[in-house]
Amino acid sequence: MSNDIQIKNGLTINLKGAPENIVKKASFPKSVSINPLNFHLITPKMVVKVGDKVKMGDVVFYSKKNPEIKFCSPVSGTINDIVRGAKRKILEILIDSDDNQNIKKHKISKTDSCSRNSIIELLLDSGCWPFIKQRPYDIIANPNDTPKSIFISAVSSAPIAADIEIILNDQKEEFKAGLNVLNKLTDGDLNVCIEKNHNSFIQEIDNISIHNVSGLHPAGNVGVQIHHIDPVNIGEKVWILGAEDVAIIGKLFLTGIYEPTRTIAVSGPPVKYPQYYKTIVGSKLSNIISDAGISSKDNLRFINGDVLTGYSVDKDSYLGFYNNTLSVLREGNHFRMFGWIPFVNNKVPSIYKTSFSWLFPNKKYDLDTNLNGEERAFVVTGEMENVFPMDIFPMQLLKECMSGNIEKMENLGIYEVAPEDFALIDYSSSSKIEAQKIIREGLDLMVLEVG
Amino acid sequence: MNIRKILDTVKKPFGKGEKFEKYAPAVNAFDTFLFVPNHTTKHGAHIRDAVDLKRTMITVIVALLPALLYGIYNTGFQYYSQLGSAFTTLDAIIHGSLKIVPMIAVSYIVGLAIEFAFAIFRGHEVNEGYLVTGLLIPMIMPVDIPLWMVGLSVAFAVLIGKEAFGGTGMNILNPALTARAFAFFAYPTYMSGNKVWVSEASNVDGVSGETILGMLASGESTIPYDVSQMFYGAIPGSIAETSTLMVLIGAFILIFTGVGSWRIMLGSVIGAAVTGLLFNLWGANELMNFSWFNHLIVGGFAFGVVFMATDPVSAAQTTKGKWIYGVLVGLFCILIRVFNPAYPEGVMLAILLMNVFAPTIDHYVIESNIKKRLNRKLNSNLNVA
Repeated sequence: MSNDIQIKNGLTINLKGAPENIVKKASFPKSVSINPLNFHLITPKMVVKVGDKVKMGDVVFYSKKNPEIKFCSPVSGTINDIVRGAKRKILEILIDSDDNQNIKKHKISKTDSCSRNSIIELLLDSGCWPFIKQRPYDIIANPNDTPKSIFISAVSSAPIAADIEIILNDQKEEFKAGLNVLNKLTDGDLNVCIEKNHNSFIQEIDNISIHNVSGLHPAGNVGVQIHHIDPVNIGEKVWILGAEDVAIIGKLFLTGIYEPTRTIAVSGPPVKYPQYYKTIVGSKLSNIISDAGISSKDNLRFINGDVLTGYSVDKDSYLGFYNNTLSVLREGNHFRMFGWIPFVNNKVPSIYKTSFSWLFPNKKYDLDTNLNGEERAFVVTGEMENVFPMDIFPMQLLKECMSGNIEKMENLGIYEVAPEDFALIDYSSSSKIEAQKIIREGLDLMVLEVG
Repeated sequence: MNIRKILDTVKKPFGKGEKFEKYAPAVNAFDTFLFVPNHTTKHGAHIRDAVDLKRTMITVIVALLPALLYGIYNTGFQYYSQLGSAFTTLDAIIHGSLKIVPMIAVSYIVGLAIEFAFAIFRGHEVNEGYLVTGLLIPMIMPVDIPLWMVGLSVAFAVLIGKEAFGGTGMNILNPALTARAFAFFAYPTYMSGNKVWVSEASNVDGVSGETILGMLASGESTIPYDVSQMFYGAIPGSIAETSTLMVLIGAFILIFTGVGSWRIMLGSVIGAAVTGLLFNLWGANELMNFSWFNHLIVGGFAFGVVFMATDPVSAAQTTKGKWIYGVLVGLFCILIRVFNPAYPEGVMLAILLMNVFAPTIDHYVIESNIKKRLNRKLNSNLNVA
C-alpha cells in the first residue's frame, strides 16, 4: 500500500546556512553527557555513582516508573559528575571518555528467528528502547503496548535541517536491518515516508509501506504523515523513530553492540562551513563548533534540533539524544525603530504581504531570535490554519489546552498532535502565542489524567 | 542610538521593582510604538515572523484611509453642493476636516484613556486593537453628531462592549458597531431621519440630509442620484461609508496583505446579491424594486462588510464558519432594509446579529469535525472486528 501526501497548508522558511553535502568525521569526544531532560516525563533512577567506570553500552540509569527502560552510556569512561538542580532533580550526567573504548557486547541471533518478546528485551537491555517514541503524547513508548503501526520519516522539511538521505548514505545496511527488527514489533504497517521524486534507496526495500511526501513544511513531520496515512484514534498507539535511530538499532542486531553514532548537521546563518559531522550522541559541542567556523565572539544561540522545535544550549554544552541538527542563530536582543510599520525592515520575511519578502520567494534570510513584537491577546483568526495541515482546529485546541478541558481536548484531536506540529504556529502568530509550550502542557495533563 | 538612551532613562522608574512599576504598560505602549522591543524568543520556535499585532492593525488603518479621506471631502462636497454656492475642493476638505478631525480626536482620547487605564489595572500590555476601533467609530457616525455623544458612545463600547467581556480578543460584538448602536438607540434623532446625513442639514434650510435608502423607505421611487454617483460616493450618508470605490481600495489592501478575510467579504456580497435578486423578482415595495446591484453600492453595506464584518474577534473563526457568517450578514442586511421601514439601513444590525451567532456557527462547524473523528474511531473498530 502506498499513497502520496501533498502538504499545501504550511510554510517553507528559507534561511541562510543550509548544510552542504559534506560529511566529516569529528574527533572522538573527550566528554559526553546524558541529559534526562531529553526524555520527556522520565524520572531517572541512577545505577552508577560519580567515579564509576562504565563500558560503552553499560546502563547509567533507568526509568523510575518503567524500570525495564534503560539508558546506557554512549562511550566507555568514568562518570565525572551528576549535575543536579532544584529538589535534587538530575539535570545531566557527564562522562569522561577513555582513550581505548571498552564495548559491551550483547548476544544476538538472526532477527527472522527472534520472537517479538526477545527483540523487545534486547532493545530494552541495550539502551536502544528510548529511540522508540509513541504518539499520542510524543514520549518514549511503553514496551507493554502493541502499536497499530510504526512510522519513520525520511523527509526533512524544517528550515536548514539535516537531510536524512545524506545521513543514511553510509549506513544503508544498518537501516535495512533496523527496519527488519521493527517489522516484528507491529502487526500493522511499517511506514516509511520519503520525499517524492527523490531517488532513494529506501524505495527498493521490501516489506515496508512507502509513502511519497511533497509540499511545504511541516510535510516532514511524522505527526502530519500519520494524520494523513493512519491517524491515531482514542486509545490507539503509533510508534515513531528517527531514521538514524533505526540504523543504530540495525547495528545492534547486526553486531551486538550499542554504538549510538550521530550524524549531525551544523547549520545556520552564522556558520561559516555548514556541513555534517559524524560523532556520538551526547558529545561535547565545542570541537564541532570550532571546526565549523563559528566565531566564539558573536552573541549566538546554539540549538539542539531545528530552529523551530529545538531547545537552546550553551556553547560549552552537549548534543542532545535525538537531534540530527545543531542550529546556530544570532541572538536578536536589539531594538528596531518603527520596525512594526509594514514594508519597513524587509530583512525579516512575513507570511502576510506586509514585507517585500513575497516578491522574492527564493531569497534566503538571516533571521535572528528577535520576537519581532510582543505577546498579545488572540486576535487574528485563520492564520494558524494556513500553516497547520491537519483536519484539526488548532486555535480551538490551543484554547482548550489552556483551560485544561480534557474532554474537549480529546474531541478536538489532542492525541494526533505533538508540540512540533505547532512550531509554525509559534513562528507565524501575530499575537506571538507560544503554541508548542501550550500543547506540551496540554499533553502532559492528558498523560497525568488519562495515561 | 540616542533616542533609545533617552527612552531607557525615562523608563527607569517604571522598571521591575521600581516605584512606578504599576504604570509600566502605559510607558511600554509608547516605547513599543517607537521601537520593536529587544525581546528574544524564550520558548518554542527560535525564529519568528515579522508580523505582530501592531503591523496587522496599522495595515487595517492604511486600508481605511482612502475611505476616510474621501469621507472628509464628501462631507464638504455634500454641504456646499446642496447649498448651491460655488466652492473649491479645498473648501470642501476644510469644511469636512473641521467636522471630522475633532471627532477622531475625541474617539482616540476617550477610548485610549480607558484602554490604558484597564491595561494598568489588569497589568497587561496595551493591545493595539483600539487603533482601528477608534478610527472606525467616527467614520460610521453622521457628521453632525455632537462630540460628547461620540465620547459617550466610545466609552460605552469600550467599557461594556469590550472590557466587560475580558478585554481585547474576548468581546462578542464588534466594538465600533456597539458604539454606533448605542448612539443609534440612545439618541435616535441624531442618528436617523432625513436631517442628519449632510453637514448642517438640521440648521440650514436649503440642505436636505436624506439618504437614498431613506428616500426609498419613505416610498419615493425617483432617486436624484445615478449609479456612478452611488459607486463613487457623492451621496449623503455616514461619514466614510458612501464611496464604494474607496472601500474597494481598502478591501484590496486587506485581501492582498492577507489581513482581512476575503471569505467573509465574498460571502456577504454573494448573500446580499442573491437576496437582493430574489426581492427584485418579488418587487412589492420600492426597496424591493431597487436593483440588487444598487443595494451593494449604497448605504453602509460595502463599508460594513469590508471593515466591520471581518473583525476577526467578533466574526466566525473557522474557515467554513466564515463563509456561512458572511452569507448570512449579506442576507440579513438586505432583509432588514426591505422589511423594516424604521431602519432603512440594515448592515449594522445584520453584523451585530451575526456577531452574536458567530460562536454558534463555529460550534456546529467544530461539532462536525468532532463527529468525523468519532466516526473514524468507530470505523477502525469495525475493521478490526
